Amino acid sequence: MRALATREVAIVAFAQTRHTPHDTGLTEPELILPVINEVKRRTGLERFGFTCSGSCDYLAGAPFSFVSALDALGAWPPISESHVEMDGAWALYEAWVRLQHGDVDSALVYGFGKSSLGDLRTIMTLQLDPYYLAPLGLDQLSYAALQAAAVGADRKELDEIVRRSRADGRANPYALDLPDPEGEDLAVQPLKQTDVPPSTDGAAAIVLAAGDLARELSESPAFVRGIAHRIEPHYLGMRHLARSVSAADAARAAGVGKGPVEVAELHAQFPHEEIILREALELTGDTVINPSGGPLAANPVMATGLIRIGEAAQRILDGQARRTVAHAAGGPCLQHNLVTVLEA
Amino acid sequence: MTVPSDPLVAQHVLEFPGGYTRTTGPVIGRFLSELRGRRIVGARTAEGRVLVPPLEYDPATGEPVTGEYVEVGPAGTVTTWAWVHEPLDGHPVDRPFAWALIKLDGADTALVHAVCPEHPKAMEAGMRVWPVWRDQPSGHITDISYFVPEVTKIVSNVRSEYRLQAGGALRVFLEGVRRGVFLGGRCDQCDKVYVPYRAACPACGNAIPDTLELPDTGTITTFAINNLPDPRAPQVPFVSAYILLDGADVPMIALIGDVPAHEVRQGMRVKAVWVPESERTASMANIRWFAPTGEPDVELS
Ligand SMILES: [Zn+2]
Repeated sequence: MRALATREVAIVAFAQTRHTPHDTGLTEPELILPVINEVKRRTGLERFGFTCSGSCDYLAGAPFSFVSALDALGAWPPISESHVEMDGAWALYEAWVRLQHGDVDSALVYGFGKSSLGDLRTIMTLQLDPYYLAPLGLDQLSYAALQAAAVGADRKELDEIVRRSRADGRANPYALDLPDPEGEDLAVQPLKQTDVPPSTDGAAAIVLAAGDLARELSESPAFVRGIAHRIEPHYLGMRHLARSVSAADAARAAGVGKGPVEVAELHAQFPHEEIILREALELTGDTVINPSGGPLAANPVMATGLIRIGEAAQRILDGQARRTVAHAAGGPCLQHNLVTVLEA
Repeated sequence: MTVPSDPLVAQHVLEFPGGYTRTTGPVIGRFLSELRGRRIVGARTAEGRVLVPPLEYDPATGEPVTGEYVEVGPAGTVTTWAWVHEPLDGHPVDRPFAWALIKLDGADTALVHAVCPEHPKAMEAGMRVWPVWRDQPSGHITDISYFVPEVTKIVSNVRSEYRLQAGGALRVFLEGVRRGVFLGGRCDQCDKVYVPYRAACPACGNAIPDTLELPDTGTITTFAINNLPDPRAPQVPFVSAYILLDGADVPMIALIGDVPAHEVRQGMRVKAVWVPESERTASMANIRWFAPTGEPDVELS
């Protein structure tokens, strides 16, 4: 394969809401506005060469709901803007590609979602194919449980992942304040209630800048040294659910293994997903996983993946780490995986 | 629909009345048409694998599948399953069930569907399942209502009636019970006392012509706590025990009563509790059970 020269692009600012486990009554533009203002303030930029967002209309149950979210941006005079009907992490990928064109130097990326408005467990059924899976009413918790059964992980290991995630989340002012997991309440067996990610409302925003502008805007920009996404067939029975071939392929393409990984932020909504992803990304015991608490401590759907990238970047922006990895997932049972390698 | 009491909170429903009309295309359409005919088919890929349910393309290569359809199943093998304790409205059944990946016989990929065993303990990877069809298939994945475990055993009922009559030694023993005594017999060759009374020694075959009256007191040699209901037992749990009547060499089995089950022990002294004299018959029902006497326990050799 021919290696393509890529333009240097870095994350120069990241902001997220203090996520809530319930609806605070804020509209989506009201939810987004503070994080947009915060990244504008941090970078000093008022206008961006490109703007891209990620969300899902089914969360609000209203077509084109992402259009009204533009009210938070200042879209007049007209801006160059795009939207993906998926996690904001893919909006960041689109913005990264857009910056490769070379004619613009900055991009604003944001993702948002209010899970509180409906029942996420059944709303996620709508992402399944309408012929074979959606008519069965196969819900998010059930297909996650099928994957957990395929992994067959040790119960203690799963409990420890939940315990660690919730403890880290309590130390993270943006994540939810969840108690140590207790009890054996089964959700869909083999998953327990405490294995289920919390219903969360929230948003996040990131500013990308290319080349010299990145160094102007930040003392320690987090450079995107590799970014790639891969996808597998949507139908669960066509895949080996206990492994993630696509996450492994994306990790290889992004170059995760080319150096030590100090921190990995993984979009693991259920504890068995962390086990699958650690193996796919070939992470060793030296890597700190989800110090933010991860999706088990706050899961603002459609922003959760973007927040993984933001959290991984923030370690570099703060000067705490030199090489981090972020992962975002979409589709049922980690169908679609995006991996980003960030370096100081 | 409930009307929220807070005027600032609204109910909102997203619905497409009548549903979307979707074209199926030739591949999915063939699968659904075969389902309507109560057959399950897969599509053959160029590499020879059979995809069930069929996709238009081979997920391994991205190449279109061939035009060859292969009938598979209807039985299959469960590879992975998850148990739903509380079904949701949209689920295929309204009682607890399993979601499963089912590799139908002849297929190379697994179908996702529901499995309804009689009990969750019946679920295991590797189990064989068969489809239960909807009464009037219409060309929809739910034409299969769900799968059920393969028939691996049947229940054969056996019942025949008999009339029993106590004659001989048993009649002698039960006549004793009517009077409120236990009759045994001594073998003069073995010097062993047997109860209930029997006409011959089970060890040496020697005839035992005479009965011997034994007391209705004895010692528990071993016992069992029964947690399943029994029409003869006073309550659950109940205790049945071997009781060595004083002067006997073999124990008799009887119920233990008037004592909590967990207090019963080997070596405990017990005495028969008889029904009132006016109710007595030539039957073991004469003895309600044995109850502790309160004497010190006996060391069993
Ligand atoms: Zn004898």
